[in-house]
Amino acid sequence: MAEEKKFKKNKLGLAGWFAGGRYGAERYAYILHRISGLGILFYFILHIFVTGSRIGGPEEWESTISTFKTPVFKFGEFLVFLAFAYHALNGLRLVLAELGFGLGKPTRPVFPYVNSIRRQRPLFIAVMIVAALIMVFGGADFYLLGN
Amino acid sequence: MCKTDAPQVDEGTRVLKEVTFKILRYNPETDKAPSVKSYTVPVIKGMTVLDGLHWIKENVDSTLAWRSSCRMGVCGSCAMFINGLPRLACNNQIVHLDSDVINIKPLPNYDIIRDLVPDLEGFFQKHRSVKPYLIRKDVEELESPTGEYFQSPEELTNYIQFAYCIKCGLCLAACPTVATDDKYLGPQALAQAWRYIADTRDDGSKEREEEIFSGHGAWRCHFAGACSEVCPKGVDPAFAIQLLKQDIFMKKLRLRKEKSVAQLAPKIEKWERNPNIPNAPEPTVK
Amino acid sequence: MKESTLWVWHIIAGVVIFVLLGIHMFIMHLDDILVALGIGYHDPISASSVFARSKQAFYMVTYIVLLGAALYHGLYGLRNILFELSLPKAGEKIVNWLFALGGLALFVYGTYVAIAIFTSV
Repeated sequence: MAEEKKFKKNKLGLAGWFAGGRYGAERYAYILHRISGLGILFYFILHIFVTGSRIGGPEEWESTISTFKTPVFKFGEFLVFLAFAYHALNGLRLVLAELGFGLGKPTRPVFPYVNSIRRQRPLFIAVMIVAALIMVFGGADFYLLGN
Repeated sequence: MCKTDAPQVDEGTRVLKEVTFKILRYNPETDKAPSVKSYTVPVIKGMTVLDGLHWIKENVDSTLAWRSSCRMGVCGSCAMFINGLPRLACNNQIVHLDSDVINIKPLPNYDIIRDLVPDLEGFFQKHRSVKPYLIRKDVEELESPTGEYFQSPEELTNYIQFAYCIKCGLCLAACPTVATDDKYLGPQALAQAWRYIADTRDDGSKEREEEIFSGHGAWRCHFAGACSEVCPKGVDPAFAIQLLKQDIFMKKLRLRKEKSVAQLAPKIEKWERNPNIPNAPEPTVK
Repeated sequence: MKESTLWVWHIIAGVVIFVLLGIHMFIMHLDDILVALGIGYHDPISASSVFARSKQAFYMVTYIVLLGAALYHGLYGLRNILFELSLPKAGEKIVNWLFALGGLALFVYGTYVAIAIFTSV
């Protein structure tokens, strides 16, 4: 039998991470988890070098951090704080779920099926509320109180 | 029962509305890439997307190709991407899709053979690679069985949900990791691996470990849960994969013992007749 | 099975970061709330605050632990993202080695700075 011609470019690729279809919240929570993680990692690598400059003594330190006191950098730091709040709380949910907690027990499937994603939805909502509270407090500290 | 003078309309064949089927078609002989063709389909009560495809083939365009068989949601042949989600065409009524336009594409993340027919060979290979059959040490018993293996109803409930998989392929179409990673086993294979590992009759956890926990195995699942959302039989593969992770985690930390493998049910030596059960009547044909 | 070990350390590092980075964020970005509550001090990134902390053994140790955990957790995560993009087998090996060596280099640098400041006059 001759090799049939097939259309081999039907993988969704990276677009499948963002817009694969009309799926539920958890699929997009996963993508946001990755994006926030990458943002934090990028900031973190730079942070190691910036904080490493303190080896030059207090004057070196003051001059280094004075470059980062502009509104643009402050906003960037705020974004990192938001990313951390989301990543940490969603990560907490993922650690619990991937170790099998909060997902219920296997049962005989009876229509209408209730899957483990639905069963862990309350946990998802709870961690999102806590993350939102942390973001609000952080926002207050960054932009309302003190420096 | 009162008879009126109004004309009797048969509710079974009255046309409710007309919808547009926009189908992504591809002919390997003539096309370089898939393209969309539109058809107008009259909808009657209870008509599924699969019925719509049959109507198009019978009345408009007989070159339209797809797979279907049971038309009742048990064979898994008619999996396709309908209005934003991977679904079974036979399991979804057109009126329930709440739209006048039905967008149908072949399942994403599979090669397309023609029109709406995906190439499932890679899917089946991934399934085979997790050894989806009972593996036991007592090979002679498997080859020439002398009795049943004992399994309690609780032990059955632990894995029976995952045994309902009909291999339709919707879960791999929904999974974001399958979208980018060719070597990822996918929710179906991993859920079937768990179905056997959780089965007390099976003794093959060690044999499957290397494949399941490789660089493109269970650890590439991140609990996006799209697979469980689209599964038409309630298999919940996301749940199976998290249970798989929990199991290996607990076993590596010595917090869970290896399960005791089901043994042959004891033979009943002496049958005693229950005196409350009456005797069967005499046969009428001698 | 190596993959499973890497994942378990990823989770452990995640929990460690949850605690230590949580404290770090509290000190750095909720300082005004801490002061309003009566604990903590203003301007945690002024030279005096930074060098005061750098001289305390508690902070030196926790910063080194946080550095190691965060480097491992973050680089393992990025390595996973790259692995899921269908790299050729050679590419996978290169990514593994690059991240291991790069992460180690960053860890050594950060640890050196922390210990050097702690032990300096």
